[in-house]
Amino acid sequence: MTTKKFLYVNRKAPYGTIYALESLEVVLIGAAFEQDVSLAFLDDGVFQLTRGQNTEGIGVKNFSPTFRALGDYDVTKFFVEKESLEERGLSEDDLQQIMYEDEDDDWAEKPSIRIISRAEMADVMADQDVVLSF
Amino acid sequence: MKIGVVISEGPYTHQAADTAYRFVKAAIAKGHEVPRVFFYHDGVNVGTRLSVPPQDERNIQKNWTELAAEHGTDLVVCIAAAQRRGVLDENEAKRQGKDADNIAEGFRISGLGQLIEMGIQTDRLVTFGD
Repeated sequence: MTTKKFLYVNRKAPYGTIYALESLEVVLIGAAFEQDVSLAFLDDGVFQLTRGQNTEGIGVKNFSPTFRALGDYDVTKFFVEKESLEERGLSEDDLQQIMYEDEDDDWAEKPSIRIISRAEMADVMADQDVVLSF
Repeated sequence: MKIGVVISEGPYTHQAADTAYRFVKAAIAKGHEVPRVFFYHDGVNVGTRLSVPPQDERNIQKNWTELAAEHGTDLVVCIAAAQRRGVLDENEAKRQGKDADNIAEGFRISGLGQLIEMGIQTDRLVTFGD
């Protein structure tokens, strides 16, 4: 099968609309197709990765732990836009820790989240074959 | 060029399904191929045959059904998104114990794999939504 670079762009807050959850569903299904997958988080999408989410009060499923399972599906590139974090008063410390085991480096544990600038995000996007924005 | 299309907003509330329809018609007229359109999020609601817009308004579902009949475009409605929103085909209605189905002619319900496959097999993927 052809391998293409797929980028899933997440720009919306995790709750209030279903975009974030249904984006995650595509990522999980897409993982089975053995493509080169990256995730991008910008604008309110950075809230999807914040730690300590509790959705009891709004009666919807907290799907944030699923992000930590994506490493098992070889989804290990989470690009988070620095400016989007800063504009919302967030820093890397506010995000959950997401690790993966690098099979090319003796299964060393490495962080999946990479904080990059807006300019670098443009480069990441330009480098893709398929960009799906949710 | 082979172009894949994603529609991720519902009909009438949002212009995405209308704009995509015009885009697909224009692309085909220019000699491009649009083998598949994938309906996701509220976009699945475009595929219900039970919508009844006033007679002096465009019929979004019918537009797509006619386009599919004319050009053989594969109109795929995402099963997970469709089930949440009450869009069912005959098999799914039976399986879920529902007393009716509502998928429109020319549309079919299938999985998200069809979206990924479209991304792999087309030269460009264009999303219509917010």
